[in-house]
Amino acid sequence: MFDQTLSKAIFGRLSFESFPIHEPILAITFVVVVLLGAGIVGAVTKYRLWGWLWRDWFTSVDHKKIGIMYMILGIIMLLRGFADALMMRLQQAIAFGGSEGYLPPHHYDQVFTAHGTIMIFFVAIPLVVGLINYVMPLQIGARDVAFPYLNNLSFWLTVSGALLVMVSLFVGEFSRAGWLNYVPVANLQNSPDTGPDYYLWALQIAGVGTTLSAINMVTTIIKMRAPGMTMMKMPVFCWTALCSNVLAIAIFPVLTGAFALLMLDRYVGTNFFTNDLGGNPMMYWNLVWIWGHPEVYVLVLPVFGIYSEITATFSGKPLFGYSSMVYATVVITILSYLVWLHHFFTMGSGASVNSFFGIATMVISIPTGAKIFNWLFTMYRGQIRFELPMMWVVAFMLTFVVGGMTGVLLAVPAADFVLHNSLFLVAHFHNVIIGGVVFGLFAGMTYWFPKAFGFKLDPWWGKVGFWGWVIGYWVAWTPIYVVGLMGTTRRINHFEDPTLQPWFVIALIGAVIILVGILGFVMSIVMGIVRREALADTTGDPWGGRTLEWSTSSPPPAYNFAFTPVVHALDAYYDMKDRGYERPAEGFRPIHMPRNTGAGVILSALALVLGFAMVWYMWWLAALSFVGMLVVAIGHTFNYDRDYFIAPEEVSRTEGARPAAAGA
Amino acid sequence: MREHLPIARRAGRPALMTLPALALLAGCQRAVLDPAGDVALQQRNLIYASTGLMLLIIVPVMVLIVVFAWRYRQGNKTATYDPNFDHSTSLELVIWSAPLLIIIALGALTWSSTHLLDPFRPLDRVAAGRPVAPGVKPLHVQVVALDWKWLFIYPEQGIATVNELALPVDRPVRFDITSTNMMNTFYAPTLAGMVYAMPGMQSTLHAVLNRPGEFEGFSANYSGAGFSDMRFKLRGLAPAEFDRWVGEAKASGRTLPTATYLQLEKPSEKVPAIRFAAVQPELFDRIVNRCVAPGTPCMSEVMARDQHAGGGNPHEMRAGAGMPQGRDAPPPRGSKPEGALFKDGNEIAPAPNITKPRQPQPPGVSQPASPSNRDMSSLLPPVSGTARAARG
Repeated sequence: MFDQTLSKAIFGRLSFESFPIHEPILAITFVVVVLLGAGIVGAVTKYRLWGWLWRDWFTSVDHKKIGIMYMILGIIMLLRGFADALMMRLQQAIAFGGSEGYLPPHHYDQVFTAHGTIMIFFVAIPLVVGLINYVMPLQIGARDVAFPYLNNLSFWLTVSGALLVMVSLFVGEFSRAGWLNYVPVANLQNSPDTGPDYYLWALQIAGVGTTLSAINMVTTIIKMRAPGMTMMKMPVFCWTALCSNVLAIAIFPVLTGAFALLMLDRYVGTNFFTNDLGGNPMMYWNLVWIWGHPEVYVLVLPVFGIYSEITATFSGKPLFGYSSMVYATVVITILSYLVWLHHFFTMGSGASVNSFFGIATMVISIPTGAKIFNWLFTMYRGQIRFELPMMWVVAFMLTFVVGGMTGVLLAVPAADFVLHNSLFLVAHFHNVIIGGVVFGLFAGMTYWFPKAFGFKLDPWWGKVGFWGWVIGYWVAWTPIYVVGLMGTTRRINHFEDPTLQPWFVIALIGAVIILVGILGFVMSIVMGIVRREALADTTGDPWGGRTLEWSTSSPPPAYNFAFTPVVHALDAYYDMKDRGYERPAEGFRPIHMPRNTGAGVILSALALVLGFAMVWYMWWLAALSFVGMLVVAIGHTFNYDRDYFIAPEEVSRTEGARPAAAGA
Repeated sequence: MREHLPIARRAGRPALMTLPALALLAGCQRAVLDPAGDVALQQRNLIYASTGLMLLIIVPVMVLIVVFAWRYRQGNKTATYDPNFDHSTSLELVIWSAPLLIIIALGALTWSSTHLLDPFRPLDRVAAGRPVAPGVKPLHVQVVALDWKWLFIYPEQGIATVNELALPVDRPVRFDITSTNMMNTFYAPTLAGMVYAMPGMQSTLHAVLNRPGEFEGFSANYSGAGFSDMRFKLRGLAPAEFDRWVGEAKASGRTLPTATYLQLEKPSEKVPAIRFAAVQPELFDRIVNRCVAPGTPCMSEVMARDQHAGGGNPHEMRAGAGMPQGRDAPPPRGSKPEGALFKDGNEIAPAPNITKPRQPQPPGVSQPASPSNRDMSSLLPPVSGTARAARG
């Protein structure tokens, strides 16, 4: 008895059964992952890279390094999220008639929940935040973001959340309640397992990171623009980054609050979202969708900014209708906050309420349409170079407008009564997320990769990636629109009607083509590294850019700009080139830089321990790690060794090492 | 460059994909695009109308994308290159107003259709051109979403079924819908749109079935382990056949008293259709109020009690409605004191210096930790006025 109590006190509800000893698929995956991890750790140790990793990367507060680390996180999690997608497609392609498929329902339900959670929170958000992190300070002529340490902390908190989700694959189970962890399924009564707890703790930790990052970006854009760069001379990508992060600041506290209330329900026994004793699950739905709808605009607005930059650059023309684009972005930002109810028209709010939210949703399509037209007229009478980033833009335009159309269709409440939660809906949001956000991220990564690393991505493999994604998307998702229109609902793990099977088989083939696209992209990075001398960017301006980041070397020095640029016009770098700007070769001054710090890594590691301990009811460990976090956080405030200066001689050396023609 | 071929292919793909898809639909499942229910039919027409309105803008845009990308590619030397063309007020006006006009049209359509097809609104037509005959009362069906099956109660016929919903053709039906534990949606695609089934709450759906036949129904909101098998058969029957079906159910011999219901409520999956000849009266109301098990308080009772204690219905149009009694009521002890200006002479009592101890000796004792050291009554004013007056 005493033994039981003691082991419960130490290990909470963790036991040998929590590990996947009965599930061969998971057990083998676990072993493979452990071996891979051991291999990587071993290689790093063998080549004595730990010091370099810690000093130059993990503790770095440089926005460029942090941006790159975000991108690496996003790409790794993309592989995991896509593996979940392939598993779902395979299951749905074979589970017809009497066949139950190969995934038991309990497992399948975790797979679709994990797929959505990972793709939004640990792929889309890190990739978008990473790109903004890297590009925006360079575009506004700043040397870093406003709060460099906070930037580092935000990144590592996101990593902690991702690690918690990854651990849930092997230890215990993940939530089965959908990517928003819906109640009543996620109530303590219905899901007493570790699933919703993993979900809640991972997203609370990552959510803090995202909120802090958003505050950081907004402050940077408002306070740290180069002299002469008024708001209306700022690149459109920075406008979209500003609006997206303002929206993020407005909504993430709502999600944090909703999750906190659900945590209270699950840990303390309160009744916010229960069916009885005064609780009301509808409140949870309202709160998470007040977050959830603006969230997709948080993701898509920066991507619209990427498209604006790329279209202008590769058409050899300034962006058409700059003010109009800015106003459209702001209007979308405000409107996106007013439409959340369209995610549950069928909850019975009454016709007038439903109509209001439906019409408000449709109104968002007006500024979005204006943006599409503006890109169109940027191309008009341009001289379009169809390098890979521009190919992504055209694919986006053709794909995204169809998704926008189906979205406006779903915004008609009476139509939504038929299509809510159907595969038509699933096809719609994948249409806009893949056609919008994912294509844009690939466009942006291809466009800015040479700036970050000094060489372009391998173009042939990049095109393999492009065609894989574009063809794969259409082959995979058009059948899903079709079966949705036939009335098929989502999150089903086996079907009765065999006439639907051909559609799902086509969708599976499409998913495999997308896999080819992903592998193509990964190969373009690998072959880019292999062929980096041939693909090198020596000038810093490989595409004929128009904005300030192209005036730096590729990659930029740690301090970005030896002299803070003075801006006179929109498209500042194009203006500089037009006026025959020459880089100064002397007169450098010491440059003030922030020092690296390990506090972010340590705090996030402790947050990971806290999350894990709370999931497994190891209260002693949770308390210890929480106290540890307080100690580290407060201790860090006593660290006065925060900065240093780069000497003018070193600046002179770095600037002198750039080829003479570059940056002029 | 190799790029020109891919653009044409890129443009063709979306159009090519949708056309055969739509054509194939003709031979396949008809539930959404050729529904048997009038409400679903109106919703389908709405989908077509909205799509058509939007294609008015989408198709030209997609054509323009392809045309511009092709015509203004770098290799085409015949096209004008105008690097300063970055603004045009007239073009902006068109760009903003064209979508605005479409959205105004769609918005008007939305407003009217949302009100007409509101699930709470009783039907005024059985099909296009056939209004509901006066004096026809809708068939009343109560729907309960259990884990993980559907219970249908016909209160007027006094029968109930699990996972089988039979409806007479061309008669309006009113569904009252609730759930026991999870949020589900009650959805038969061919019949009408869906509505959430929520625990402790009651939603409504009005619908009518226009064709006999066997159709599918299911839940369209993920609700846990047995969700994928939470299906019911929807049977459309001519009125005479429907009466016969009711008779068959009554002859089944199985009844649904509270005890059987409580058994049914336990989680189970892949439940076959069951018919009940008799149902516990007011079972549905008790399910909505979450008091089926004997001895549990009904939600409506609890709420009524709370409302009464809180001051009554807050929506009544009188001052103080919904406010707790204390506002108008006399104080719990004694009577409401009068304002000082209105006091008579004998009501005015001398006001002592409250730091003066009332007892002859000091209140504390020299023993530490004695409870009488915590006796603060000498410092506090007395509770009732009369005692003070008596002491003078």
